[in-house]
Amino acid sequence: MPLFKARIEIWLKEGLVDAEGQTVKEALNDLGYPIMAARVGKVYQLIIEAVDKKAAEKTIDELCRRLLANPVKDRYYFEVSRY
Amino acid sequence: MIRILVLRAPGTNCDEETARALREAGACVDVIHTNKLVKREVDLFQYHVLVLPGGFSYGDRVRAGAIWAKKLRAHIGDMLLRYAEEGRPILGICNGFQVLVELGLLPGWESSLEPQAALAPNTSARFEARWVYLRYEGSERCIFTRDIPRGAVLRMPVAHSEGRFLLAHDEDLSRLISNGQLVFRYALPDGRPAEGAYPFNPNGSLFDIAGICNPKGTVLGLMPHPERAVYSWQLPESASSNLEGASVYADGWPIFASMVRYIDENIA
Repeated sequence: MPLFKARIEIWLKEGLVDAEGQTVKEALNDLGYPIMAARVGKVYQLIIEAVDKKAAEKTIDELCRRLLANPVKDRYYFEVSRY
Repeated sequence: MIRILVLRAPGTNCDEETARALREAGACVDVIHTNKLVKREVDLFQYHVLVLPGGFSYGDRVRAGAIWAKKLRAHIGDMLLRYAEEGRPILGICNGFQVLVELGLLPGWESSLEPQAALAPNTSARFEARWVYLRYEGSERCIFTRDIPRGAVLRMPVAHSEGRFLLAHDEDLSRLISNGQLVFRYALPDGRPAEGAYPFNPNGSLFDIAGICNPKGTVLGLMPHPERAVYSWQLPESASSNLEGASVYADGWPIFASMVRYIDENIA
């Protein structure tokens, strides 16, 4: 079966205070940069075996919901490409 | 004899003091590693109570409690769900609370192991280790708090980075309240709710929520550490007073004592 590379981003949902992002913003402002907002997320890279790209995307979506994100507080995005 | 299982995982660090508190309450306690339970070397159902203690299981990777919760779900999920549905008590302290939320056993509204709530990173963006005031909301069914008078103000320490309790939908909060599932709220020293004021509410929790139970009152999860407030000599002022050796109990004690008494009267 072919291999695919998935790049997954996990973000705290919009509207929830992202305290780490706020700290980063303030630190960059202290250094003189005109940063108006900052958010911090997490990136995962997975190599997955699947019959095709569509199947890989389906599995990635499922595993995001089951482990990498808590859908109550997180949003996730991913891109899948041939590895 | 009341038998209690305190479950360990790589990175738990409150198992021994939790076991000590339970033994003080008269229970027979086994501290056992998750891998033994997962391999079925231990029978969960020979224990009256399951306790998930605090710590940093699996290094808090992905999210605090996420890996431990999914490991339990993958291997013994059905068993855990049955254990809870039979009304067998489960207590989750700090990281243990995070695991119960990740497992969906709290708030426990669905007969599934999907999360219905979350414990997000603290709004202070840092690890909060401090003594807090808790207001007991008087949850009638909660078997862990029967010895605590409604409205009592308790002092216990918190120590966590991810304790901001959140619910998925706006209407979930009123459901939690009307079900009597709200157990502890962060409060001011006089017992009024903290209303988000830092550091009384140390993490930005919705509605100052510090601890909740399931609708039956048999599963309790809380971020503060009752096992670190069992004896009066654990209190912060004991360093400057002459309490050493005193066998006076502190505010965390009734949680363990109530639960053991419940088992004694109803099950064992």
